[in-house]
Amino acid sequence: MAREDVLVTADWAEANLDTPGVVFVEVDEDTSAYDTGHIKGAVKIDWKDDLQDPVRRDFVNQEQFSQLLSERGIANDDTVVLYGGNNNWFAAYAYWYFKLYGHENVKLLDGGRKKWELDAREVATEVPQRERTEYVAKPQDASIRALRDEVTAAIGSKNLIDVRSPDEYAGRLLAPAHLPQEQSQRGGHVPTALSVPWSKAANEDGTFKSDAELREIYVGEAGLDEDKATIAYCRIGERSSHTWFALRELLGYEDVKNYDGSWTEYGSLVGVPIALGDEPGTK
Amino acid sequence: MAADVDTALSGAGCGAPAQDAALPASVDLEKETVLTGTVVNGEGEFVQGAYVRLLDGSGEFTAEVVTGEGGQFRFFAAPGRWTLRALSRFGDATGELDAVQGLNETKLAVSR
Repeated sequence: MAREDVLVTADWAEANLDTPGVVFVEVDEDTSAYDTGHIKGAVKIDWKDDLQDPVRRDFVNQEQFSQLLSERGIANDDTVVLYGGNNNWFAAYAYWYFKLYGHENVKLLDGGRKKWELDAREVATEVPQRERTEYVAKPQDASIRALRDEVTAAIGSKNLIDVRSPDEYAGRLLAPAHLPQEQSQRGGHVPTALSVPWSKAANEDGTFKSDAELREIYVGEAGLDEDKATIAYCRIGERSSHTWFALRELLGYEDVKNYDGSWTEYGSLVGVPIALGDEPGTK
Repeated sequence: MAADVDTALSGAGCGAPAQDAALPASVDLEKETVLTGTVVNGEGEFVQGAYVRLLDGSGEFTAEVVTGEGGQFRFFAAPGRWTLRALSRFGDATGELDAVQGLNETKLAVSR
């Protein structure tokens, strides 16, 4: 897959704001950013309210996802261009989510909201009215989602990539440094997991690094085994979507999964092995 | 906004809460190391919407927030040496801070 098939530049986006069949979607955890200004014509999806089941800890189901996209006026054959804040974490999560439910043409806007703002590009406040569609989601594609048993089974046999910050990996912090630290679960990482913070894949302005740079980071520096399957995780599965995107969509590794349960699930499981400190540890 | 802070405290998301919100009452400054401050431009005006990242002692990215009204930012970290890097449409700035437990305040002046 070529980079331009999955990633578009801000210039491309600006030139295609009114292109029929192209739908811009802003995805964020805090959607108040959308309300203060968004890319003209973009609709919004709330990472939590729209994509998480309100009761169980899981995704909305196939039917609910179909309903959501129908309401937003997105059709099965539309090209969806996703962008958001936080260096595109939630947009990358949504990208993975759209792929999970089988959407064909979906792309990320390189740099997301941040690059758009730093470039001082135009934003709009009016909310577009898109005509309702009859969207039909496909069954979940299990080949890109890892569940907990698969993660414990992968210890010592598959590539496990922990994309949290070094301090979270080592167990010195339990959450990213912009959040208060009180949490109930244990700190540390899945034994044998390599530490490659998500941020290594991104430039300061939020755009992805080049394929050559990415390959050097994961294979050259971190020691990812290219012949093995890979599972990426973080704390709740959005930062690891960013890395999943870099590994599967940009570098083209075929068997890469995102473990969306991530550390908030793994670090709360009874009886599973945990490694502390800066080293991956052993099985 | 209070709602965003609640989200952060409940651990629901990993995104940064609104940076102009008051420090949540549940944050214990006897335990937490808070790095906070403001971003200003060349005229000394507060810059809202600047991207501030926290880099650890080895220069590795740790976290990033967007400044709120009043140019404020805030990180929950640990004692030690940190680098703060601000990006904005008015330019960039870099600052260093030796943080101790409790509240650590700094100012970042961005320029081209």
